[in-house]
Amino acid sequence: MDKALFEYLLRLGDDSLVLAQRLCEWSSRAPTLEVDLSLSNLGLDLVGQAQLLLGYAGEVEGQGRDEDRLAYHRDAEEYRNCLLVEQPNGDFAQTMARHFLFSIYRELLLDELVGSSDTRLAEIAAKAVKETRYHAELASDWVIRLGDGTEESHRRMQDGLDWFWRFVDEMFAVDEVERVLIERGIAVDPAVTREAFDARVTQVVKSATLEVKPSTWPQTGGRQGNHTEHLSTMLAEMQVLPRRYPEATW
Amino acid sequence: MYTTELDKKAADSRVVEVGIDDPQQLARFEARVAADDFIEPNDWMPETYRKTLVRQMSQHAHSEIVGMLPEGNWLTRAPSLSRKAILLAKIQDEAGHGLYLYCAAETLGVSREQMIDALHDGSAKYSTIFNYPTLNWADIGAIGWLVDGAAIMNQVPLQRTSYGPYARAMVRICKEESFHQRQGFELMMHMVNGTPDQREMAQDALNRFWWPSLMMFGPPDDKSPNTERSMRWRIKRDTNDDLRQKFVDATVPQAELLGLTVPDPNLRWNEERGHYDFSPIDWEEFYAVVRGEGPVAQERMQARRKAWDDGAWVREAAASYETKHASARIAA
Ligand SMILES: [Fe+2]
Ligand SMILES: [Fe+2]
Ligand SMILES: [Fe+2]
Repeated sequence: MDKALFEYLLRLGDDSLVLAQRLCEWSSRAPTLEVDLSLSNLGLDLVGQAQLLLGYAGEVEGQGRDEDRLAYHRDAEEYRNCLLVEQPNGDFAQTMARHFLFSIYRELLLDELVGSSDTRLAEIAAKAVKETRYHAELASDWVIRLGDGTEESHRRMQDGLDWFWRFVDEMFAVDEVERVLIERGIAVDPAVTREAFDARVTQVVKSATLEVKPSTWPQTGGRQGNHTEHLSTMLAEMQVLPRRYPEATW
Repeated sequence: MYTTELDKKAADSRVVEVGIDDPQQLARFEARVAADDFIEPNDWMPETYRKTLVRQMSQHAHSEIVGMLPEGNWLTRAPSLSRKAILLAKIQDEAGHGLYLYCAAETLGVSREQMIDALHDGSAKYSTIFNYPTLNWADIGAIGWLVDGAAIMNQVPLQRTSYGPYARAMVRICKEESFHQRQGFELMMHMVNGTPDQREMAQDALNRFWWPSLMMFGPPDDKSPNTERSMRWRIKRDTNDDLRQKFVDATVPQAELLGLTVPDPNLRWNEERGHYDFSPIDWEEFYAVVRGEGPVAQERMQARRKAWDDGAWVREAAASYETKHASARIAA
């Protein structure tokens, strides 16, 4: 089995799955019906990506685990998502700050992955990048609208960005697993997209009349399975039925 | 569904307020409706017709929105990724139905904000079915199968209702509701073919949702005094009891196909009538739920109000941003 590729696919797939699960928590709670509809769209895209990526991961592993087996029967320390996506929703500004930072990172990454030497991964990336471009646009629009809206929304939007900034560096970190895949032309070195990320973020934040306050101590560990407290709680809820009834199919 | 007359008192007091319509215009209107002509927003219509429609359509819209809550209760616990996607898409469809119906009702001169306020202050009603809790995963199947199924029974005739925007909304909504109904039945089928635990969940779901589903068709005909007028105006095309019977006749064979037992010892095929006989409905319970005393009625309204209140600053921010940039555009 290609262990590095399996790991890498889990990282990509878990990012999608965990963020989708967070967005599901917004159902019926959005500020307007229109927003409810658009958050569902984002969630549906991400569930779809998770199915493709985890499904492929299971095939690479070759142990008979499909996407559901991987989603529902791994514990938090076996999850490989970045810390940003597992953070609780907070208010709408926080959710948009999280989605904004993640989607821009992810769009730039997928843009590069379209050229991956692994054709299956390249195909998934080609589909996902279109969706993610829309996510980044939608989140950017909200960052601007809220930043440049009322005094209260400005304050909340700034708080949201401040709250999540410490999770940004982790998305661009590269460890041994990725180093190997980058050399094989399968994975993308996220460092090459960092400049573009900073430029995009700065531009949006500026038109939102907000500012980026870099944090001095970035939080990392998700890619290695060292998560924040929130993930295991989230998974306990998400996995309850398949764990309670392991014999059942759904 | 959700179009049955639930708040008759409110309606009747409004009817009294309404002035006398011009008899010539009224006669022309009645003739058009009798000829199955569509009435459009700018056409003349009796004030009672307009008010009845606003009530019925907003009630329907509210039901779509409140109906998202019981299903949303299982969204984060959907037991497979494809079930999660299906449920998320279904709930999204219901939000779309709500939006579509609010827009159609707005053509009658009432704003979405006014309708939502009426829901939140308790003066507007929504379908009683959504005041029952979802307690196990099979409830998601039962809702699609029975609740969307009952909705279709009621809404298919409304595709030919006399008010054009409502009829057109129904055409689109009905397509999606039948899709939901099939998905719900498929989920139930999967559960009954599963482990003994899953079968039990399916039977339990049917036990709890059967009677509330029959109540969705509203009070019995002899307690629906406005039915005759609503039918003349093509706002309603069948009586509550007729639709209820039609639903029972269609659904009992489906329950048999699933191998589940309908929780009614008196349910049996009546050869003479060509219909199923069934036990009388507990109307005490029905009226209690209509009054807002359903098992989770308070929780449902609390959840709706909380979402609305929590989102107030977002709506204000979006409006403020629009205003700022609209005036900036004009200045530029
Ligand atoms: Fe409906
Ligand atoms: Fe609906
Ligand atoms: Fe539906």
